[in-house]
Amino acid sequence: MKKLEALIEPFRLNQVKEALADLGITAMTVTEVRGLARHQEHSEIYRGSEYVVDLLPKIKLELVLEEHEVEDAVTAIVRLSKKNGVEAGKVFVSGIDEATVVQTD
Amino acid sequence: MKHLFFGLAAVILCCCGTLRAQDATPPPAAAPPAADTAPKPDPAGTATGAAVDAQDAGGNHFLLTEPPALSDDDKKDPAKVKAYEEAKKAYVDYIAQSKTEPLAVRLADSVGHNRVAINFMWTLITGFLVMFMQAGFALVETGLCRAKNAGHTMSMNFMIYPMGMLGFYLCGFAFMFGGLGGIGTMGGYGGLNHELTVNLFGKPFGLLGWKGFLLQGAGYDTAAFALFLFQMVFMDTTATIPTGAAAERWKFSAFMIYGCCIGTIMYPLFGNWVWGGGWLSQLGINFGLGHGHVDFAGSSVVHMQGGVIALIFAWLLGPRFGKYDSHGKLVHPIIPHNIPFVMLGTFILAFGWFGFNPGSSLAGTDLRIAVIAVNTMLASATGALAATLWMWWVRTQKPDPSMMCNGMLAGLVAITAPCAFVSAGGASIIGIIAGVLVVESVFLWDRLAIDDCVGAISVHGVNGAWGCLSIGLLADGTYGDGFNGVSGTVRGLFYGGGLNQFWAELIGVTTCFVTLSLLSIGVYYLAEVLVGNRVDKEVEIEGLDVPEMGITGYAGMVMDKQAETPMPKGEHYVPGLVSSQAKA
Repeated sequence: MKKLEALIEPFRLNQVKEALADLGITAMTVTEVRGLARHQEHSEIYRGSEYVVDLLPKIKLELVLEEHEVEDAVTAIVRLSKKNGVEAGKVFVSGIDEATVVQTD
Repeated sequence: MKHLFFGLAAVILCCCGTLRAQDATPPPAAAPPAADTAPKPDPAGTATGAAVDAQDAGGNHFLLTEPPALSDDDKKDPAKVKAYEEAKKAYVDYIAQSKTEPLAVRLADSVGHNRVAINFMWTLITGFLVMFMQAGFALVETGLCRAKNAGHTMSMNFMIYPMGMLGFYLCGFAFMFGGLGGIGTMGGYGGLNHELTVNLFGKPFGLLGWKGFLLQGAGYDTAAFALFLFQMVFMDTTATIPTGAAAERWKFSAFMIYGCCIGTIMYPLFGNWVWGGGWLSQLGINFGLGHGHVDFAGSSVVHMQGGVIALIFAWLLGPRFGKYDSHGKLVHPIIPHNIPFVMLGTFILAFGWFGFNPGSSLAGTDLRIAVIAVNTMLASATGALAATLWMWWVRTQKPDPSMMCNGMLAGLVAITAPCAFVSAGGASIIGIIAGVLVVESVFLWDRLAIDDCVGAISVHGVNGAWGCLSIGLLADGTYGDGFNGVSGTVRGLFYGGGLNQFWAELIGVTTCFVTLSLLSIGVYYLAEVLVGNRVDKEVEIEGLDVPEMGITGYAGMVMDKQAETPMPKGEHYVPGLVSSQAKA
């Protein structure tokens, strides 16, 4: 088993979710996070004074997949998250030793 | 600073030594028992409004009174003799007619009562609208603050309502309106007639009212109660303005001390001078300065007072941690947490203003209320548009939402004093200037390192002053005959009225600034001695909600509090320090 963690831009969640569903992946955990990425920071003006926006809102997806699903999933996420050649997210893959389902009686 | 305060107190005491009471209604020449001639309060409301209140649209009374006999000097003046003879003839005709038509006289009683009842209704309902403005202020101020201070800012806006009201009930109303004389549009009740005056330059200067404490005695009258409700909500509008400028760093206990002072003495003093028959309203009668200090609905009395208090508190408290560096240079703006709150609050305020301005006629039978209402909405629109475009095209290339709201409120504040005296074009111009003024003023205070979280100084203080001064320039001379006891309409410089009205407004605005600055400094140091004004730095970084109030504004939501406070380089903050102190 592999764990796949993907950081994507918030407005891409729906299309990524649909693409993964097409691959038969129907379970995932979604978290709203903020990410520090110096190359993406920009400044805004409030009441005449400039301030820097460096913590950007992101969506973190966590999926636990069988080994053979991983490549297709990563490809789908990367393809859908592309943005004019600028880095707009990241996907991490790591191993999972064991998983236990908590079940109701 | 303390010496200044005690010096002021000494001056006030000296003045009290020369004070004497002056009744607004002169005592009768004959000497019947005083109890028979003193105006009787009417707590049941069954004796208020009669034939004497019945009048046509031009203000001519149905009931005529016999003109006073001419003196020997007057008899030499043919114009006066002619006027006397006409009035005498009208009176004799009326008496003869009323004997043949007694039903008409009884109907006139009913007409007069209904006329007064319409005015009561208007005053009360517009007062209810103004009360709702408290909600608007709460939303605007809280929205412009950070999420970690939402509970504290909202609580200040909430508690100022009862605190201010009870102070006004205790003595504020008596100080402000105890020497008013007749309440003209509401049956003419004259029981509030005790003004403390001091004689200067051979003229009486009304300083403070002295009747109607706790709404007892002469204050227990339906007209006085209606006036109390309407004026109480105005006072609470002033009271809630400084909480925005001083938010996010003011101790709640210090705020409560301010809450005790605002309704009892801070607001009523200047209020008496302008609206309670005091010396500023008499500048016209006594010194020929136009109609005296004219402020129809409170640009100076309500808004500028609040703005000056806001300025003094924001200045003495110092800026919020993280906004400026140690040299007072702006390093990082502190951005608001809820723009929808701000805009909703602004709309509630703009709606409440339809009570604020048209209601200040105290008369639903005064049809000028239509002009007042339209002027009010026009100035709000031009103010919002001017501020938006000024930010967008001139200042920062983006139409700042917070400044849009400040612009609308600035237009409303500026039109508050002149709303009854200017044309639609005049109102639009007043709004445009207010919209630009508010932006430039916000930038100015920021450069001076006076940290006003919500723009209260610029919206209410600066534009309150501009609103009053605009009467002296733009009053078009179509309204205000007899205002403050001066015959003729109110007319400004650009309508051929000369500069007299402008000087009266300038004196009023200057007096407001000086008086309220001194009072605010006094109250600030009173709170400083008793409880201290500023929270600890750790509390400020943690957010005032939990350390001061015991609960967060948004329980259950995760907030990065460190990210909310811009942290200067070299500053360190240890999380958890405050929570452990609060427990101990």
